[in-house]
Amino acid sequence: MSFLLVQALSGLATAATLFLVSSGLTIVFGVTRIVNFAHGSLCMIGAYLGWSLIERFGGSVGGFWGSVALASLGAGALGAAMEVGLLRRLYRSPELFQLLGTFGVVLVAQDAVAWVWGPEDLMGRRAPGLKGSVDILGQPFPLYDLVLIGLGPLVLGLLWLLFTRTRWGVLVRAATQDRDMASALGVDPARLFTGVLFLGSALAGLGGALQVPREAVNLHMDMAMIVEAFVVVVVGGMGSLTGAFLAALLIGQLQAFGILVFPQITLVLVFLFMAVVLVLRPHGLMGRAEDAPPAAAAAAPVLRLGNRGGWIALALLALLATAPLLVGDYAVIVLTEMVILALFAASLHVLIGLGGLVSFGHAAYFGLGAYGAALLVRHLGAPMPLALAAAPLVAGLGALIAGWFCVRRSGLYFAMLTLAFAQITWSVAFQWSGFTGGDNGLLGIWPSAWASGKAVYYWLTLALCAGALALLRRAAFAPFGYALRAGRDSALRAESVGIDVRRHQWCAFALAGSAAGLAGGLYAFAKGSVFPTLMAVSVSVDALVMILLGGVQTVSGPLAGAALFHLLESQVMRATDLWRLLLGLTIVALVLLFPRGIVGVLSNRRERS
Amino acid sequence: MNAGHAGETSPFRAAVARTDRHPKPERPRMLHRRQTLSLLMTSAVALIAALTAGSTSALAQAAPASSAPVRVGEINSYTGLPAFTIPYRQGWQLAVEEINAKGGVLGGRKLEVVSRDDAGKPDDAVRVAQELLSSEKVDLLAGTYFSHIGLAVADFAARNKVPFVAAEPLTDAITWSKGNRYSFRLRPSTYMQAAMLVEEAAKLPAKRWATVAPNYEYGQSAVTWFKQLLKEKRPDVEFVAEQWPAQGKLEAGPTVQALAAANPEAIFNVTFGADLAKLVREGEGRGLFKNRRVVSLLTGEPEYLEPMKDEAPEGWIVTGYPWEQIDTPEHKAFRDAYSARFKESPRQGSVVGYATLKAIAAALDKAGSTEPDKLVAAFRGLSLSSPFGPITFRASDHQATMGAYVGVTTVKDGRGTMKDWRYADGAAYLPGDEAVRALRPAE
Repeated sequence: MSFLLVQALSGLATAATLFLVSSGLTIVFGVTRIVNFAHGSLCMIGAYLGWSLIERFGGSVGGFWGSVALASLGAGALGAAMEVGLLRRLYRSPELFQLLGTFGVVLVAQDAVAWVWGPEDLMGRRAPGLKGSVDILGQPFPLYDLVLIGLGPLVLGLLWLLFTRTRWGVLVRAATQDRDMASALGVDPARLFTGVLFLGSALAGLGGALQVPREAVNLHMDMAMIVEAFVVVVVGGMGSLTGAFLAALLIGQLQAFGILVFPQITLVLVFLFMAVVLVLRPHGLMGRAEDAPPAAAAAAPVLRLGNRGGWIALALLALLATAPLLVGDYAVIVLTEMVILALFAASLHVLIGLGGLVSFGHAAYFGLGAYGAALLVRHLGAPMPLALAAAPLVAGLGALIAGWFCVRRSGLYFAMLTLAFAQITWSVAFQWSGFTGGDNGLLGIWPSAWASGKAVYYWLTLALCAGALALLRRAAFAPFGYALRAGRDSALRAESVGIDVRRHQWCAFALAGSAAGLAGGLYAFAKGSVFPTLMAVSVSVDALVMILLGGVQTVSGPLAGAALFHLLESQVMRATDLWRLLLGLTIVALVLLFPRGIVGVLSNRRERS
Repeated sequence: MNAGHAGETSPFRAAVARTDRHPKPERPRMLHRRQTLSLLMTSAVALIAALTAGSTSALAQAAPASSAPVRVGEINSYTGLPAFTIPYRQGWQLAVEEINAKGGVLGGRKLEVVSRDDAGKPDDAVRVAQELLSSEKVDLLAGTYFSHIGLAVADFAARNKVPFVAAEPLTDAITWSKGNRYSFRLRPSTYMQAAMLVEEAAKLPAKRWATVAPNYEYGQSAVTWFKQLLKEKRPDVEFVAEQWPAQGKLEAGPTVQALAAANPEAIFNVTFGADLAKLVREGEGRGLFKNRRVVSLLTGEPEYLEPMKDEAPEGWIVTGYPWEQIDTPEHKAFRDAYSARFKESPRQGSVVGYATLKAIAAALDKAGSTEPDKLVAAFRGLSLSSPFGPITFRASDHQATMGAYVGVTTVKDGRGTMKDWRYADGAAYLPGDEAVRALRPAE
């Protein structure tokens, strides 16, 4: 009994941290509708700032808590600076561009923090006066954790006072409910948003700084935090503070007791929980239906097939086909990867561009294709053509199953459900080591002898990808594609003219999944091995970045984006250790210069002239 | 070359120009499409130009001549795990400088390392390996930290028939179940380190054991070996609890509590890095380590021990590297040179990086050639002196006999270190040649 109580208290301490960080995220989202990827980075910066200050002043009780507060304010100031310098310029661009911009900030922050504080984990001081533990029913329990447990509700209460008892809070709530009406009534949204970003980031920084006495501050905190905070925010309902609080409590307990019951699957437990909650409650525990989630570009142009366009595409294909005659082995490899990634990005574009469905978990189908092919080779000794044929089937089947659940949700809830399925697939690949090889992956997945030459494999890839791209393109301009776009632009009107929007979306999901699967299968044979990393969140994010870089509105945009992104990454990575900084700065610059994507901006200029 | 490119690009430039000059207002959408496609096309041309330029310049560099430097392609997770890989890099830099100062390898050829980051991703590592091989024309590959990346590069090396010295990965698979003709490994494997600790654990009176390990191959195989080997020596022990936190996501409070609830007499820990720090703090706070012995893998390595400063655990039985106390001549020479060169003390990674390049130089000289098959033959049975003493790459499974220091952690002058340590020579903790031959796939 006493053991269970202490376990529950441990869960509460976890929950308090989770709540502090995710409350900031949910407030920022609620008001600005920005999915702030950099929130985890702000939390990490808060922790590092906190560490420095606590090392210097944390010897006394006042010094310690003063340092924590100062670190929190520092993170808040950085968040406000990010709003003024970056986000403010992006309020008019499609909402996903803000996500891309904040992703650039994440990359910059990673290298900047490593540069300032060094690569080593930093173990900070413990809180003075709170070093020991108290006995609770005969079980020792750290005092500091008790303080944390108290802090959660305290912050919730303060936030409640702020939002209900102050003029600023009322304005923020007004802007949350109706941004346009609030600004029509004379509220300067820019200043309000800067304030909200400050508040949200300060909460992230507070959550980070409070971790200093509990764990070593390290460079992986940003990603660990942002994923968990997303889960909490989505489970609680986007924009809902009490929802975030409730979700943090539940997830804290889930983790505390989960390790007792299922010590082996702690990785996936949280995502299973999120999937179940989202399947049962479309808007999270406390979310409201009208919380409009980010969607792809609003007014997308009608894309038409032109004869000249077809010729240019063929010429491009011919040019690419001659490449192996001109360039060396390594360049052919990079081109192979680029072509594969172009198909991967284009498959995601079917969902985002045509369906208006933003998927955060598209890597799952890329990985399923790769694993499908690799497992056939490994366990059944299948030849390459058969394995390649199976790749889109396996991925398509996976997409069909996941899609059935996902298309029943919209916006960010859709995105998070796809993420949940991707994480579940990933952890199966990661932990079912007898079948999938676990994190050591499957090796020796090389092409058949006839295709083992780099040029031959490149031509094979080019042919298959070009074929698949042509099919995707055809689907986009077939009645299917138009119906899909109708559902994106106005689901209600589309339904009223007799289009089954959900079924079309489901089909699109399966189509996108199998195209990604083909890309994954080709990738497996290009690399000779598959690993769970192919399904990791970062791969999904990469695909999103490719699409956004190229521009959502055009079908060729993702291809340009994939080519550019891969080239940037592989070449910059070769040149310098600070490649994340450069890549991040490039993304931020591109977002600021081309707020509608490269291809989007070019075509815009075209239209104007 | 450049002239050729101008010829390639100009027709498309012209195409772009034409669309600009003759807009057709009645079909604006098509124009926009054409625009985007031509953008794609120009970028493709530019890309091919860039790649061609890159590969030709590399070709020019790698003109084979008897005086040309021997090139080693080196890959590691420099941005993914800087705390471990940067000391490692400094280690091999020191080795390369020493080797070249003494006249290089193969009778006067300089040794040159072309180093690349793999971003912690196996697919990037394979691409980079390809680049090193075909563009940089390296003679052999070395490096890697993560086990899965080491395996991916080893597989690549076997397929491309180029020797590969895996420096840091610990997985047993790289020399055993997935071993291949071209891959060698320097650092003592998971099995070896577990075996070293079992020797000490078996001497403890404890019968009830609990384990805590990160939930991936390294943690799993460490626990499996530890259990198996300890049961062989002590049939009376039982394992009463196991915790499998996700790597990097240890929920310290609940995990510590769950371990304590099983009331073990001793604990085998495999977690490391930030997880370990959390486990230690929370464990001390909740009295988990009171009256319990802890046996812990790698915890004595300065990379893990030193960040914990004066909170480093005391009395844990660990494998590690007490760099300040080892006074053998070969280690002193290394430590002095390293400290003088980089103004900091060496880490475990520094030794690994240093020994990796020394081993490569020794193999090159033994082979008398950079030919892959001669190098492989040279590596088999290659003996050399390392900062830890003499080591040999076993011919049977390509594992080096480099060992580790086994001792007890303690805190001295406000930082964690080891005491009562001894050097456990890797050769004593490896199965015999016949046994490993059965583990390796046939060549």
